[in-house]
Amino acid sequence: MKSKLIEVKDLKKYYPVKKSSIIGKTQYLKAVDGVSFYINEGETFGLVGESGCGKSTVGKSIIRLFDITDGEILYRGKDISKLNGRQLKSYRRKMQVIFQDPYSSLNPTLTVEEIISEPLDVYNIGDKGQRRERVIELLEKVGLNKDHLGRYPHEFSGGQRQRIGIARALSIKPEFILCDEPISALDVSIQAQVVNMLEDLQEELGLTYLFIAHDLSMVRYISHRIGVMYLGKLVEKGPSDEIYNHPAHPYTQALLSSVLEPDPKMAAKTIKALEGDVPSPLNPPKGCRFVTRCKYAMKKCYEIEPKLKEISPDHSVACHLY
Amino acid sequence: MKDSLLEVKDLEVTFFNRNGKVRAVRGINFDVKKGEILGIVGESGSGKTVTNLSIMGLLKGTGKVTKGQIIYKGENLLNKSEKEMLKIRGNDIAMIFQDPMTSLNPVFTVGNQITDVIMRHQKLSRKEAKKKTIEMLKMVGIPSAEERYNNYPHEFSGGMRQRAIIAMALSCKPDLLIADEPTTALDVTIQAQILELLKELKEKLNTSIILITHDLGVVANICSRVVVMYGGMIMEEGSVEDIFYTPLHPYTKGLLQSLPKTGGKMKERLIPIKGNPPNLANEIKGCPFADRCPYTMDICREKQPKYYYDGENHRGMCWLLDKSINGKGENHEE
Repeated sequence: MKSKLIEVKDLKKYYPVKKSSIIGKTQYLKAVDGVSFYINEGETFGLVGESGCGKSTVGKSIIRLFDITDGEILYRGKDISKLNGRQLKSYRRKMQVIFQDPYSSLNPTLTVEEIISEPLDVYNIGDKGQRRERVIELLEKVGLNKDHLGRYPHEFSGGQRQRIGIARALSIKPEFILCDEPISALDVSIQAQVVNMLEDLQEELGLTYLFIAHDLSMVRYISHRIGVMYLGKLVEKGPSDEIYNHPAHPYTQALLSSVLEPDPKMAAKTIKALEGDVPSPLNPPKGCRFVTRCKYAMKKCYEIEPKLKEISPDHSVACHLY
Repeated sequence: MKDSLLEVKDLEVTFFNRNGKVRAVRGINFDVKKGEILGIVGESGSGKTVTNLSIMGLLKGTGKVTKGQIIYKGENLLNKSEKEMLKIRGNDIAMIFQDPMTSLNPVFTVGNQITDVIMRHQKLSRKEAKKKTIEMLKMVGIPSAEERYNNYPHEFSGGMRQRAIIAMALSCKPDLLIADEPTTALDVTIQAQILELLKELKEKLNTSIILITHDLGVVANICSRVVVMYGGMIMEEGSVEDIFYTPLHPYTKGLLQSLPKTGGKMKERLIPIKGNPPNLANEIKGCPFADRCPYTMDICREKQPKYYYDGENHRGMCWLLDKSINGKGENHEE
């Protein structure tokens, strides 16, 4: 009964990097290298991983902010990965973004009304009066009011700005919203406000979210299903409780154990830290990409890249241990 | 407070601009004991960084300490000349900043930058200082330190840069290290490494650490005592157990409630703190948290509360703790 709103199949995005010499081969930075997952309508898919793992690139590929190298992006079953500007216009209307930094994602020279009604102008929706009405309705939806219409972004706090960003994203009634680290720049006491609001809006409007974050406890809280990325690959995906209660991939396990519980009794005597750094994505390890930091690394792991395997219903992991 | 290393007494910091003044820190008292990790928690604008810049004597521009004392080993740092402060900074008190990407100079090698610090403060020859630098780099866990000595900052990853900065800060064996959000810019797995390192170094060198953060998870894991700041004031102070298990102040309670519970299976809805942080440019008469507090009473908006103690070392600034008023408070919680 749940239908897939978005399905990503074997998504690849390579960036060319400067050649070392004229005759040298162009090197590619494989930001995303063969990622597949789907998002059900009305659900939240959480994408977690460390910086540079390609999670934002996946998000931006889906909303077609750039052309992808290879793979398919199905929106309600139709491949939109090869559409060009004009053909995309109707899809752009259905897909909106909320950005990480509420300070740089709002134009400081526009008033709140202008910011929120800009998408309406672009799509020629309604006349001036109707647009204003819609803007007021949106402001109220995100917990602001019509007194804020004529104000400028600098008059608002971070949390309020993020609300304005959310109102802008909602203005043209999208079906899908890419939330790219929407709460990481906010204060702790404000984060819960925004997360609750995103949930309420999802319920009310039937929105589908792709929620990108590095705060694992929040991702678990808001997501129905989760994907864990490492160096451009999806290493594990599954329902969020399943991932948190039975993490299978050594990387997922390490990520979870480095979450610091806000509870001094549960805080272990020594923090279980994962050793080493993420290798350069320009020159990733040959077999499993996690092999340089994995405590279970076997000979096979250095040579053969593991494929995603289903280990329980809807829960798959890419690791030779399984 | 016999074994305190640093005492901050009635400190007030005000920023003067053309629109008037902003009272960023509004009369705070706390002390740092020898060999402890003191956490200062608060949201942006609560005054936690400004407090620590005042300790370092690094307040620049329009900000001024308008009242109070900062007593370090019996001497008031606010009476020191810039020349004397130059000696104290680095030798006695060192600071590490949030962003490891910008705290190193990109045109000098990492090793050179640390060597310069050591030469400047300890009057060692370059050769000796270099030897000491490599020792420090090894201590903070940088692999093949001898070769890494000649690397430039861009050749280091974020975690390694923060390690190098910690090496630099600790190179002159300061008694007090101020770490301002040292892990906020780092990934979770690297954050765990850096915190573990700080803990280890504290044991090894017996350095006192002031850790400024907004992350309660970090506090729970490495601090022994906590100061909770809001609107330029200390709302609550106590041991880490006091703060997490028997919080006194509604703000502390609110912060703890707004975090998702990771242990439980059932999904409970988050309980956020309503409203937004106060604008410090406006004069706040009563309690700075009054506008967001679910238990606000009339007195909260009129008069600043006193500190009430629960035991010797656990205090909270809230009228609810006053036995003579408590109970009359109207509960506005839905």
